[in-house]
Amino acid sequence: MQYIYLDHAATTPTDPQVVEAMLPYFTENYGNPGGLYAKGLRAKLTLDATRKIIADIVHAANPEEIIFTGSGTESDNLAILGVARANKKKGKHIIVSAVEHHAVLHPAEQLEKEGFEVSYAPVDALGQVQPKTIEALLRDDTILVSVMYANNEVGTINPLNAIGKIVQKNGALMHTDACQAAGALDLDVRKLHVDLLTINGSKLYGPKGVGALYARRGVALQSIIFGGGQEKNLRSGTENVPLIVGLAKALLLAQDNRERENERLTKLRDYFMQGILTTIPKTRLNGHPTERLPNNVNVTIMDIEGEAFLLYMDAKGVACSTGSACTSTTLDPSHVITAMGLPYEFAHGSIRFTLGHATTKKDLDYVLNIMPPIVERLRAISPVHLHLDPKYANHPKVHQR
Amino acid sequence: MQNHLTTKGKKKVSGMQTEIRDAYTGETWVYTKEVKDHFFHPRNLLMLNEGEEYPADGKGFVGSPACGDMMKVWIKVDPKTERIKECKWQTFGCGSAIAATSVMSVMVSENEGMTLAEAMGIRPQHIQERLGGLPTRKIHCSVLGDKALRMAINDYFKNTNQHTRIVVEGAKVIDKVLHITNKDIEEAVLEGADTLEKVQKKTKVGTGDPTCIPEVEQLLRFYTEKYYG
Repeated sequence: MQYIYLDHAATTPTDPQVVEAMLPYFTENYGNPGGLYAKGLRAKLTLDATRKIIADIVHAANPEEIIFTGSGTESDNLAILGVARANKKKGKHIIVSAVEHHAVLHPAEQLEKEGFEVSYAPVDALGQVQPKTIEALLRDDTILVSVMYANNEVGTINPLNAIGKIVQKNGALMHTDACQAAGALDLDVRKLHVDLLTINGSKLYGPKGVGALYARRGVALQSIIFGGGQEKNLRSGTENVPLIVGLAKALLLAQDNRERENERLTKLRDYFMQGILTTIPKTRLNGHPTERLPNNVNVTIMDIEGEAFLLYMDAKGVACSTGSACTSTTLDPSHVITAMGLPYEFAHGSIRFTLGHATTKKDLDYVLNIMPPIVERLRAISPVHLHLDPKYANHPKVHQR
Repeated sequence: MQNHLTTKGKKKVSGMQTEIRDAYTGETWVYTKEVKDHFFHPRNLLMLNEGEEYPADGKGFVGSPACGDMMKVWIKVDPKTERIKECKWQTFGCGSAIAATSVMSVMVSENEGMTLAEAMGIRPQHIQERLGGLPTRKIHCSVLGDKALRMAINDYFKNTNQHTRIVVEGAKVIDKVLHITNKDIEEAVLEGADTLEKVQKKTKVGTGDPTCIPEVEQLLRFYTEKYYG
């Protein structure tokens, strides 16, 4: 049976060109960049060159502004915890958007325990953080604002440039999690008006287990990992040269092919989106119709539960994901869908398809073909019949007597 | 698929499909053959348009779409033998919720059907056992079917003017949305739940009606002291 992978926002396969670029650094050029001999020096030179490549892609003023980490999550943690703890004398207020990845939300919650005050910026019905919302939340003691570039669940792209300008004017630092955006959008930190930017390898056909944090020179950071003092004492641990090389190669490839690939994916995305919305009754698009990642389709299919849908799709050889509570470890439905003002019922039936390099129109036609009978089947099992308009979501809460 | 991690953590369960066990957390995830069978081929399903006209002797509804699980159960009872002749259902929920309701409908109606007294005694553990187990994190999805069944039986008693036979669940309903009683909390504690999160994992209490959480915490303390003091 064919297998159609439509969960590229979870992770991507590693591009063979990236694998090829990494291989020599596992077996031949395996030196520790800290070593004072030829092999070490060679690794150090590779590390420097790679740092320069990534600095150029994000338009950093200096390669030293790139810190390599072990993942996007770690970069987010370093940015949030590191900035807050190093700047607490200036103020103890930070702002994060309500739809951030848990890699930002949970460090923010940790800071609350440490005595910081955190404001969670709401989003509009399309999942976008509005600059005026941030403006209203900014205070004299705000030290950091974190708003993701593009959302991992619904794909909505935020107006970072406008938000960043306001934040920087107010004297606070601006961080963005660009993990989902890095393969598709412009990463110029000057245009985006950000002081810190998180990227990682696993969403852009690079290796897993490697990330980077751009931190503008002059931004005070406190390390969250202690040891041998690598990465300017901000991230101890022997530099993972092969994966760092892979990250740089993946970013280069992504940025080189970005425009052509975005155009192709956008066409496929819109075709698929329209296909679902027109062939399956009682479905709605989640997120922004146009200001969204070129590969993201997120729909709510009313009256069915996401995990059940996923299992039926998997049995037909299609991989996708859901914001249903049943697939989360916390029993909570997607915080992104509910932050957009939609009731829980809409989160339980939310399905995310994320397309990738290998996705073709033929794949999507196959999915469009198998979806209606699966939905019909699950709706026949379900006793729930809700209205598509969330304002009618005051369903009867049935319980005994 | 076969790397040293999954192979090492693998556990063979006789007569069932191999479970994949997380070597670090001990959590199992993959559904058994029985669960998959009932999920992909649900038995005794009440088809959508039959809903209103189905001549049930008793009906029970529990859950809400907001909590992610909702179940309806319809039963037909032989008044002479007091055995369940038919058990129909509909479920909004994940794979394990659908499979649990399906297998329960088979358990109560197979082999001439269970007596009402027997059916009243069905608990989530019995359903899980018949399913060959559920992944740890999915147990909470299977705890509503038996409640809907007991409601249907009580409804039958009501419809046949046998009001004295109605079994009132526990002493007190704690979560009014999911109809979870102090008995359920007690059972969860007896099965080893010692934190609010663990009680919620087993019962889902408070996911539909968070106002009951303080009461749940009190009961948790009460039963923990009572049994493990």
